[in-house]
Amino acid sequence: MSQTLWQFHGGLKLPGHKALSNREPSIPAAIPERLFLPLQQHIGIASRPTVKIGEKVLKGQLIASAEGYVSVPVHASTSGTVIDIGDYPVAHPSDVDARCIVIEPDGDDVWVERRVPAQCDLLGPKAVNDMIRDAGIVGLGGAGFPSHVKVNEGVENVVDTLIINGAECEPYITCDDRLIRERADEVIAGASLISRTVQAKRCIVAVEDDMRDAYAALEKVLIGDIELAKVPAIYPAGGEKQLIFTLTGKEVPCGRLPIHIGIVMHNVATAAAVYRVVHYGEPLVSRYVTVTGSVVSPRNMQVLLGTPVGDLVDQCGRPDGPPKKVIMGGPMMGIPVQDERVPVIKTTNCILVTDALERGPQMPCIRCGDCVDVCPVNLLPQQLYWYARAQDFDTAQDLHLFDCIDCGCCAQVCPSNIPLVQYFFFAKSEIAAEEEARGSADRARGAYESRTARLAKDEAERARHLQQGDIGESRAKNDRGQKKAYIQAAIERTKAKRATAREREGSPKDNATVGPDRKSTPESNE
Amino acid sequence: MTSSMPGFAPDSEPHSVSSIMRQVLYALVPGIALYVWFFGFGIVINCLLATSVALVSEGIMLRLRKRPVTPFLTDGSAVVTAVLLALAMPPYAPWWVTSIAAIFAIVIAKHLYGGLGYNPFNPAMAGYALVLISFPAEMTTWPLPHMLSEMRPGFIDSAMIIFADQPTGALKLDALTGATPLAHVKSELGNMRMVSEAVGAPIFGMLGGKGWEWLSLGYLLGGVWLLYKKIIKWQIPVSMLAGLFIMAVVFYLSDPEIYLSPVFHLFSGATMLGAFFIATDPVTAATTPLGRIIFGAGIGILTYVIRAWAAYPDGLAFAVLLMNAAAPTIDHYTQPRILGEGRQ
Ligand code: SF4
Ligand code: SF4
Repeated sequence: MSQTLWQFHGGLKLPGHKALSNREPSIPAAIPERLFLPLQQHIGIASRPTVKIGEKVLKGQLIASAEGYVSVPVHASTSGTVIDIGDYPVAHPSDVDARCIVIEPDGDDVWVERRVPAQCDLLGPKAVNDMIRDAGIVGLGGAGFPSHVKVNEGVENVVDTLIINGAECEPYITCDDRLIRERADEVIAGASLISRTVQAKRCIVAVEDDMRDAYAALEKVLIGDIELAKVPAIYPAGGEKQLIFTLTGKEVPCGRLPIHIGIVMHNVATAAAVYRVVHYGEPLVSRYVTVTGSVVSPRNMQVLLGTPVGDLVDQCGRPDGPPKKVIMGGPMMGIPVQDERVPVIKTTNCILVTDALERGPQMPCIRCGDCVDVCPVNLLPQQLYWYARAQDFDTAQDLHLFDCIDCGCCAQVCPSNIPLVQYFFFAKSEIAAEEEARGSADRARGAYESRTARLAKDEAERARHLQQGDIGESRAKNDRGQKKAYIQAAIERTKAKRATAREREGSPKDNATVGPDRKSTPESNE
Repeated sequence: MTSSMPGFAPDSEPHSVSSIMRQVLYALVPGIALYVWFFGFGIVINCLLATSVALVSEGIMLRLRKRPVTPFLTDGSAVVTAVLLALAMPPYAPWWVTSIAAIFAIVIAKHLYGGLGYNPFNPAMAGYALVLISFPAEMTTWPLPHMLSEMRPGFIDSAMIIFADQPTGALKLDALTGATPLAHVKSELGNMRMVSEAVGAPIFGMLGGKGWEWLSLGYLLGGVWLLYKKIIKWQIPVSMLAGLFIMAVVFYLSDPEIYLSPVFHLFSGATMLGAFFIATDPVTAATTPLGRIIFGAGIGILTYVIRAWAAYPDGLAFAVLLMNAAAPTIDHYTQPRILGEGRQ
């Protein structure tokens, strides 16, 4: 199918290293000795445990419920016993622990009773949306934004185009590729289901042009008037705004959401998950994860959520020699994992084991402009860097700091090895903290609208940290009362903000382009 | 900071500061080789001299400023500054003139402004401008190409001229030197002669001055290689040459007896060296894509203005310094439209 494509500014042709892991069919990963299920695996508010320590649970059983609208529940990914609810390491840029429900599997992997609606092809939008929410489905491409919120936006607005994103652009990662090849029918059925639910005029399933087998697999099972598209393999072709532009030539206005221009986007894995909940009643309890890099046999695995990454590395063959770095995610946007107990969560697409990614010493910016040429948003990274470093956050925002999608292209080409994205993350979190302290975002409100979700996340994060101080043994501090008040206030603010945001636009906010968070303290040897 | 964090290279080797500088030096090789062929070994000695002085100055400044010495000393930026400075200066300028220029370039123009990446003015051009203003006599004594002077000073002779101010035995300094083509035309025009009369002199070749035109071609070749290797971007060289060329065309067409031909402008003086090696210094240039075009065009136009109407035969150094000063403003007003900006 040939169609007009648009070319976004910048981007990088990166060595893909896809063949390393996409040759073998995926296999189910072993059930680990312990599953660590964080209460927050999504953007938004952390969920609330509904089980007690010692309780027996079945696979797919609800163990934590959604806290508010921008939140999703968590389910047990296998049958077993809840042995703890406490703080454990998770993949986080600041290496903080987070609240997890720990399950000791019984090895039987017994499902809870799965309820399938009688006529699942005739479900109304509300019913489908409720199922998506109750299944705990979030953007599986990495953003982790609750899917029901997006679907609901689609239901409430006119949707011109639904895009199902299979453009897996980051090097090494092939989980979507494998998923499409092995479950093309589910992807297409899910796409068609979402398309029907949001009443999209067009539905496009897009892959990168080097994913030939995936494309062929989709072609075979294509139904209705779903279109297929191949986009050039230029990183970050799968970025939300980049893919929308590539396929439609439309730009999502700064500070706005795709729905504003009549577009809804979901990841291919999300579409498949939606299909599985509607047709089999399966909540989200596992996902495809690429385990690659210098492991002995790199491949894709179907992994139970909560499985420690170390288990996966062992199952794919731990490389000999000194321990290597383990990165959750890809080489461009991933987070280094410091503790191998860190679990796979809903947004985990890849475990990359390598230490070939070291850069030389950081030098001063020589203003070469290479970063400017590759930025897919057409920002001026070196100027952003300059002002972020000088903590001149106002100017940084004038230069559209918040339109940065954290793709890392700029840092990738920087001859001075400057970890630019870390500086941007630092600036963003400082600004968010400032806004938080001021309690209002009246200045440059436009720029913030789409960040409501992000801010909500930050607030929730902060609240959670404080909560940990309240609940966690190791973190108990003296000023508990004060903290509790603070948490309460933060939650109130979040609610208020969300309410106003909804009033303003008549729908809740999303920012699916939020990249993974990063360390917030860039240092410099200049 | 060790980069255990994202944004790191999946084994596609990006440039590093030192690899960029190294390639710039490689790209200068054809120009320097032709320089030696036409004008003798002076340029080599000058390059070595300027480089030594620059490196010593750099080391001392890094120590004084308590900066890590090794990574910065080996980044190659001081060497590039020194070599460009030497290439801009008369090749037989006395050693102390070159040394002063190099010290000024590194100590004042670079380090007192914060070192690599922070200096607003091109250090080589700042050093050059300082000595041009301070020592006009030394800075306007240029050699003749060997076909005119009938001699090509070797290594020893060159060293004698530079360090002791006189060549050995048979060589006569006077016979070796003469006006550069640009300076010649300027003084002839000052004497109420026509361009057509001035360019009849034996120092003129096909495109520019004899010898000099070949140097320009050498720099052009190196510059094209840098473009090909993506070390420099096209905007500045192209817009600078275009700016100079268009100015020259307009005035040449208005009166070819007063104004030199556009081709002559392109292949004379420091045009090619400036377009590909000096104006393209990233630290001191504009950095937005449109900004680079304006920056380059500004240098081309100012170079022409100074050549045509100011007291100096060549104006590149001043044009570069003036545009350096304008670069931040240019950047400010030429920010690209980002994805989604201004869309409703
Ligand atoms: S790539 Fe690095 S050195 Fe070049 S302008 Fe950007 S930040 Fe500066
Ligand atoms: S990380 Fe941000 S600034 Fe850097 S290239 Fe990506 S979008 Fe542009």
